[in-house]
Amino acid sequence: MTGFLIRRLFGIAVTLLVVCAVTFCIFYLLPNDPAVQFCGKDCPPDRVAEVRQQMGLNAPLIVQFGRYVLAIFAGRTMGSGSYAVQCHFPCFGYSFQSGRPVWDLMMDRLPTSASLAIGAAVIWLLLGLAAGVLSALRKNTWIDRTVMVATIGVAALPVYFTAMILLYVVVVVLGLMPYPRYVAFTDDPFGWVQNLLLPWTTLALTFAAIYARMTRSSVIETLAEPYVRTARAKGLRERRVVGRHGLRPALTPIATMLGMDLGGLLAGALITESLFGLPGVGKLFADSLAKSDQPVVMGITLLASFFIITSNLVVDLVYAWIDPRARVS
Amino acid sequence: MTAPLSTGLSGGAGAAAGDPGAAAPAPDPALDPQAQQTASPWRLAWERLRRRRAALVGAGIIAFFVLAAVFAPVLTAISGTGPDATDKRAIDPYLGGLPRGSAGGMSPQHWLGVEPMLGRDIFARLLYGARISLTVAFSAAVMITVIGVLLGITSGYFGGRIDTVISRFMDVMMSFPSLIFMMALLSVVQNVNRVLLLIVVMSLFTWPYIARVIRGQTMSLKHREYVEAARASGTTSARILFSEILPNLTGTIIVYLTLAIPGLIGAEAGLTYLGVGVRPPTPSWGQMIADSSLYYKVDPMFFVLPCSCLFLMVLAFTLLGDALRDALDPKGSRG
Amino acid sequence: MTLLEVNDLAVEFTTAEGIVQAVKGIDFAVARGQTLGIVGESGSGKSVTSLAVMGLHRGAKVTGSVRFEGTELIGAPDETVRRLRGRRMAMVFQDALTALHPYFTIGDQIAEAHREHHGSSRKESWARAVEVLGDVGIPEPARRAGEYPHQFSGGMRQRAMIALALSCEPDLIIADEPTTALDVTVQAQVLDLLMRLKDERGLGIIVITHDLGVIARVADEVLVMYGGAAVEQAGAERLFTAPRHPYTRGLLESLPRLDAADGEPLHAIPGNPPSLLAPPAGCVFHPRCPVYAAADTGQRELCTAARPPLRLLADGHRNACVRSEETT
Repeated sequence: MTGFLIRRLFGIAVTLLVVCAVTFCIFYLLPNDPAVQFCGKDCPPDRVAEVRQQMGLNAPLIVQFGRYVLAIFAGRTMGSGSYAVQCHFPCFGYSFQSGRPVWDLMMDRLPTSASLAIGAAVIWLLLGLAAGVLSALRKNTWIDRTVMVATIGVAALPVYFTAMILLYVVVVVLGLMPYPRYVAFTDDPFGWVQNLLLPWTTLALTFAAIYARMTRSSVIETLAEPYVRTARAKGLRERRVVGRHGLRPALTPIATMLGMDLGGLLAGALITESLFGLPGVGKLFADSLAKSDQPVVMGITLLASFFIITSNLVVDLVYAWIDPRARVS
Repeated sequence: MTAPLSTGLSGGAGAAAGDPGAAAPAPDPALDPQAQQTASPWRLAWERLRRRRAALVGAGIIAFFVLAAVFAPVLTAISGTGPDATDKRAIDPYLGGLPRGSAGGMSPQHWLGVEPMLGRDIFARLLYGARISLTVAFSAAVMITVIGVLLGITSGYFGGRIDTVISRFMDVMMSFPSLIFMMALLSVVQNVNRVLLLIVVMSLFTWPYIARVIRGQTMSLKHREYVEAARASGTTSARILFSEILPNLTGTIIVYLTLAIPGLIGAEAGLTYLGVGVRPPTPSWGQMIADSSLYYKVDPMFFVLPCSCLFLMVLAFTLLGDALRDALDPKGSRG
Repeated sequence: MTLLEVNDLAVEFTTAEGIVQAVKGIDFAVARGQTLGIVGESGSGKSVTSLAVMGLHRGAKVTGSVRFEGTELIGAPDETVRRLRGRRMAMVFQDALTALHPYFTIGDQIAEAHREHHGSSRKESWARAVEVLGDVGIPEPARRAGEYPHQFSGGMRQRAMIALALSCEPDLIIADEPTTALDVTVQAQVLDLLMRLKDERGLGIIVITHDLGVIARVADEVLVMYGGAAVEQAGAERLFTAPRHPYTRGLLESLPRLDAADGEPLHAIPGNPPSLLAPPAGCVFHPRCPVYAAADTGQRELCTAARPPLRLLADGHRNACVRSEETT
C-alpha cells in the first residue's frame, strides 16, 4: 500500500509539472506580452522594456518556468526596486492588476466555489441515488419508466434555462426570497443556505439525472450478479440482500464518479457562478480572462488541475478501501 | 468513470451523455463474426432500433434541425428576413427597445419575433445558429472519434511501451481542467477562424474519453481466436487492425460518436455563452442565450426559444444514442 | 419420509422474443442419505429446476408442486421459503469466484447465514464459520476465514462454498455444477467431500451436472433432462448399464472409452440443442434422434404427434421414448 501511494504521489507530481509546463508555455509563448498587459496599451516602448526587465521576462523561458515552480514552494520577490512586491509561499504568481498575490485572490473565492460544489453534490447524490435505486428495484414498472423519462429530459435541460426558470418562479413570481447573493457560512449559516439554494438546485439537477441513470443501470447489473443470488440462497431477508450485498458494489462506481465530478467542479462551475453572480473561483477566472490577468488565469488553471488530480487519487484510495480486490498488496 | 464528455460545464448539457462506465458497450456477441449464423448483426440491430419510439423521436428531431440548418438561406428567403438585418420598426424605442406586440414580437414579418434593441429576426438567427452548433458539434465529434480511435486502437493492440506512452498522455490530458483550459486557449488565440478554433480546442480535450474505451475493447478483441488465427497465419498488423479489429469496434464507435454530440453542442453553447466561443455578429445559440438572459423577465420568448432549441437538440442526440447503445449492445438493453 | 418431492414442475420465462418453457413437467424425489444426479446439456433446464426448488427463480412463472418434508413451497409465502433457504436446504453454486461476494471475507459470508437463521452473536457465528471451514478441509481455518474469496485457490473456494451451504446444517444440498471449474484432481476431492458429508450427516443431495463422470461417481438415482423435460430416470447402476432413451444412449456413447478399439471414432450426437422458444413438435429430441432417423414415415408420426410422457418400465426405471422398446 505504501509503495502504491508513493508511486501515485510521484505520478501526481509529474502530471502537475506537465500541466504547469503546458500552461506556462501557452501563456508565455503566445503573442500576449505580459509587460504590455501590465503597463497598458499606450505604454511607451522604453517603459515596456523596463517592465519586462523587472518582471524577469527577458530570461530564457526555461529559467522563467523554473522560477515559477520554485516560487510555489519558496515564495519569491517579483520585480525589483520600487516595483518589488513580496509573493509569499505558496506563490502562484502575483496579479499586478489587482496588486495581490494570486494565491490570496484564489483563497478568497474558494469558500464560495466549495460551498456551491459540495452543497450541490449533496443534493444530486440524495436525489440521484434515491431515484436510481427506486427505478432499479421497480424495474419496468410505471415508476421506473417515469423516472427514466424524467431523467433523460432533465439531463438535457440547459443550465441557463434551469437557472432562469428558478429565478423567475422563486424570486420574481413567488417572491419567496431575494435575488441570491453569497453570504459566508461563518457569517450567517441560514443565509448561506437560503442564498445558495437556487444555485445548488441548478447545478444539481443535471447531475442528479445523470446519477439516477448511472445508479439504475449499476444496481440492475449488480442485482443480477451470482453473489447476490448466493445471498438469497443463504435465506437472507430481501432488504439485507439488496442493501448489503447488492447496493454496496453497485454504488462503488457512483462513488468514483462523484470524486471526479466534485474535483472538476471545485474550480469549474463557471456557468452556474456567472448565472447567479456568485463570487467563486470560476467567476474570478472568467473575469481575469476578460482582463487578461494572466497570472491569475494560470494560477486557477493549476489549482483546478490539482483538484482533479487529487480527486483521482482519493477515488483510487476509496476504491481500494471499498473493494478488497483493488487493494494492491 | 466520469461522463464521457464531462467538460466540467458546471452540469451544463456537457455532461448529459447518459450513463457511461457500466454502459460502455461490451464487445457485442452479435457483432462477433463467429456468431453470424442467421441474420446479419446489423440487421438485428436495425430491427431492435426500429422498434424503439425514443430512437425515432430523436432521429426525427435531429433530421428537423439538420434540414433547417442546411436550408437556412432558403427558409430565410421565404420568411423574408436574414439573420443580420435589423428592423427598427419591430421594436419600441419608448419601451427600452423591447419588441412591439405580444410573444416577443411574433408577427407575419418575424415568425418567432425579434431581438430587443437591434430588432434582428429570431427565426433567422436560430436557423443560422443551428448551422454553427451542428457544424461545430459534428466536426468535433468526427475529429475526436478519429483521434480517439486511432490512438486507442494503437495503444490497445500494440501494448507495451507504445501503450504506456499513449496511456500516460491520455492521463495527463484528462487531468487538465478542460473547461478552464478551453476558455484560456480560446481567449488567448486571436485572429483565427473562431469556428475552426472551437472545433480544434474542444476536440483536444475530449478525445481521451473515447480513446480509453476503444483501447479497452481492442485489448479484449486482440485475444479473440479469429484475431490470433489471423496473426498466426502471418497477416500484417495493419491488416488485422483494419479488417479484423476495426469492424468489431464499429458499434461502439457509432454509439460514442452519437453520445459525444450532445456534450459538444452543450460545450459550444457554454463556451460561447461565457464569451470565448463564436463571436458576434455570427449568430449562435450560446450567444443568443447570453444576450437574452438579461431580458428573461421582460421578454421571456427571446430567452425561451434558443434554450428550447438547445434542449431539443441535446435531448434528441441523447435519445438516439441511448437507443443505439441498446440496439448494438443487447446485453445492456435487457438490464 | 421423503425429504424433497417434486411433481409436475414447470417453469416459464417471458422474454422479448416470446415465452420460454424452460422446464415442463418434471417429477423427482430425494430421500435422506441419497444422491440424485440431474444430467443434461446446457439449456436442458437442469439449473432452472434447481433454482425453482430453492425459490430463486426471479421473474419466472413456476407451477406444479415442490414439497419439502411435506410442506408445499410453490405458492407458499416468500417468508416461509426464505426461512427454509440456507437453513434446511442449501445450494452450492458453480464458479465460486463469482458466487461469493468479493467485498466480504469468507468467514463473514458464512457467519452471516448462521446469524440470520440461528440469531447467533457475531462471535458464535464466526466460531461456527471457522468450524465448518475446518470440516470441509480448509487448513488453518481460523486464519483463512478472515480472507477474501479472491485470495483463495479455485478448489479452496469451492470448499468454502460448500462450507457456506453447510453452516446451518441443512438437510438437503443442491450442488449445481459444483466441480465444473476445477481441475480433475480437485474435482475428485470436492466430490468425495460431498459424499462424506452425505454419509456422515444423512444429507439428501442433488448434483446437477453435464458431466456423466461426476454422475457415475456420486449418484444413486439419475434424472436425464433434455430440452426442458425429463427423458429418462433410473438408478445409476441401471442407467449406465441399460440406458433406454436414445438421448441417454447417445450421451453414453459420446464418452471416450479406454477399451475402445484403436481408431474408432467417438459418437457425437448430431445437431444442436433445441430452441426453447420454438421447440420441435412432439418429442423434443426427434430432430437429432437416430431411432427417428431410421424409422419410416408412418412410425415417425409417433414421435412428432405428442410429447411422450415418462413411462415406468421396471424397478423405478422410467423412459420417455415411445419407440425404445422396439429398438432394444
